[in-house]
Amino acid sequence: MNKIVEKQRLSELVFKFIIEAPLIAKSRKPGNFVILRVGEKGERIPLTIVDSDIEKGTITLIVQNVGASSGKFCNLETGDSITDMVGPLGKATHIFKAGTLLAMGGGVGIAPLYPIVKAFKQAGNRVITVLAARNKDLLILENEMREYSDEVIVMTDDGSYGQKGLITEGAEMVIKREKVNECIAIGPAIMMKFAAQLTKKYEIPTQVSLNTIMVDGTGMCGACRVTVNGETKFTCVDGPEFNAHQIDFDEMLQRLRAYKNEEDLARKK
Amino acid sequence: MTDYSEILKQERNADWRVELRNSLANKERVALERVKMTEAEPLERIKSQTCEVNRGLTADEARREASRCMDCVTPTCIEGCPVSINIPKFVKYIEGGKFLEAAATLKEFSALPAVCGRVCPQEKQCEAKCFYTQKMKKDAVAIGYLERFAADFERNSGKIQVPKVEKRNRVKVAAIGSGPSSLSFAGDMIKFGYDVTVFEALHEIGGVLKYGIPEFRLPNAIVDFELENLRQMGVNFEKNFVVGRTASFEDLKELGYQAFFIGSGAGLPNFMNIPGENLNGVMSSNEYLTRVNLMYANQSDSDTPVLRGKCVAVVGGGNTAMDAVRTSKRLGAERSIIIYRRSREEMPARLEEIKHAEEEGIEFMNLANPIEYLANKEGRVSKVRLQRMKLGEPDASGRRKPVVIEGDIVEIDVDLAIVAIGVSPNPLIPACLKGLKMSKYGTIEVNEQTMQSSIPEIFAGGDIVRGGATVILAMGDGRKAAGSMHDFLKKKYNL
Repeated sequence: MNKIVEKQRLSELVFKFIIEAPLIAKSRKPGNFVILRVGEKGERIPLTIVDSDIEKGTITLIVQNVGASSGKFCNLETGDSITDMVGPLGKATHIFKAGTLLAMGGGVGIAPLYPIVKAFKQAGNRVITVLAARNKDLLILENEMREYSDEVIVMTDDGSYGQKGLITEGAEMVIKREKVNECIAIGPAIMMKFAAQLTKKYEIPTQVSLNTIMVDGTGMCGACRVTVNGETKFTCVDGPEFNAHQIDFDEMLQRLRAYKNEEDLARKK
Repeated sequence: MTDYSEILKQERNADWRVELRNSLANKERVALERVKMTEAEPLERIKSQTCEVNRGLTADEARREASRCMDCVTPTCIEGCPVSINIPKFVKYIEGGKFLEAAATLKEFSALPAVCGRVCPQEKQCEAKCFYTQKMKKDAVAIGYLERFAADFERNSGKIQVPKVEKRNRVKVAAIGSGPSSLSFAGDMIKFGYDVTVFEALHEIGGVLKYGIPEFRLPNAIVDFELENLRQMGVNFEKNFVVGRTASFEDLKELGYQAFFIGSGAGLPNFMNIPGENLNGVMSSNEYLTRVNLMYANQSDSDTPVLRGKCVAVVGGGNTAMDAVRTSKRLGAERSIIIYRRSREEMPARLEEIKHAEEEGIEFMNLANPIEYLANKEGRVSKVRLQRMKLGEPDASGRRKPVVIEGDIVEIDVDLAIVAIGVSPNPLIPACLKGLKMSKYGTIEVNEQTMQSSIPEIFAGGDIVRGGATVILAMGDGRKAAGSMHDFLKKKYNL
């Protein structure tokens, strides 16, 4: 059981939790995720570790209330315990001195992007971060990102904050303006698909972190399989980060809908 | 140490054994017919995932069946048992009505008798080596049924006997993974006096016994009971812990762990790499069974969903394929079909499982192999295209090889397809160990006599070494590894 030591609402549907997990805090690296379960009949939910504090023995998770299971998690309060939590899982992000990194984060995808931006900045890179949200109220972690970015560009769908437009428009502006050596994009699958198309056009190496369906998260079930460069890969053990230009995003978008009917039913319960 | 065959001989000469042998003439023993296992009615049992198919023997049936055993001078049955259970001794205890003593005998050798009594392929092991099978061409003594009977009797009696353990030697060892090989290892090491911790990545202890084998074949409550027995003996269990990730091997060594047994299993499901295999509605048997067995997705109060098909195809002919196809029937499928590229004779599944599947109305499309999955408008699988096969010459395994019949291709309608064509070793744990010698198949290389890997303090067994085998072979590895790790540590620490 892992105790929640702090809960904070970041936007209407997005919550930040600081959770006791001393071993995971110590061993996790940027890009790693945990799988957790709320309640004895709870689903196993994969979530990227946003940050950790080794001294306090805590990790930070950010979750959006999008369904029955994430809803149960979001309803937990400070002092409550998480039934089960395991990690760190997945391959860590390859952090290196790239030169200029263009980081794109959309919606709640900004959360898993944060530890990567932080690590690339600490590795001595110039980091330009483009964040996108539907509107001002849904934008998260802006200040945290500013701390580890040389520049932060905010895009909103409705123009309520930053510039009006899509994340790819903000990113293309940067690419046209200066030499970008490496890109990373995390957000909804459809956003990553278009981000990948954009950077492919400019031939900039790009990583994405995939949020496929998972059950065990240790390579056992294969629910998370994704086609990369014509080969089937397991997101949980081969990823979650892959070369964006090699991913079959249409297949991935389809697979994310595998349990849509079942999930709709669960939400009505 | 006294030779095991000497011990067997001495025990056979015990007064009670001699008396029992003389109580009935061998002629009368061999005249008895092998007992038939009572089974739940097929139409009833397919209504529930948890209704156990085999109902077990009554005390009278068990004693009668035990009396068929002739208590051979050379009990060849034991040679067929990967954990070398003293079979005649426990069987004779049953014949004599001493059921708790029978259970205690099993526990001397096996950490999981109620499990083995249910899922071991006895027909290929102890029962294949039984005098009846070997010399008389008759049905073997039903050793498996008797094992289950003794274990169940003890559990239901409430008089649980915790096996004796040696004085604690305070040497810490770890088992990685909590499936049959690790549990068997842990059971022996705790008896030797070690401080044993079993680390499990999932939120439940039991490995494949929990996530893989369905409850109609092996109820989870029975696995939990055997685990409780190990706990009583002093074994520690740590769930939600991936050794190498949550903490490194080095971290654990700093905490005092002196040696490790890796029994992390063959977790990685194989696929056929054919077009359409990543469509929605096509999944591994691991995923399907895990959702149901571990996550209880078939129950309305579970948060985990599972796809229910009206017409379900399961690809493969092993026990896992049978488990998956029979589960689909219990989840309401109208048609549940096994698709297997060879014929019934070559199926690796236990005959009992095939028979149970047939009784439950499972259809068998043998000599057919999927070559493509086709989708409906929503992107979910709607058809599987099959290549018809015929049997050719025997291959390396001795089974006749399936050969393509050119141009003979059929399509069948399905809305769920489950791929159960085997598993590969899970790379998660070995990947964390530099210098560990691996085979080209991704299995850990060990000395077959000692189960010791290329790193002296690391031993391994079960599917991570074998690639894919049975519960009992994994348990045999666990026992063997415990014995040799004990020797290794005795030498190292002058225990």
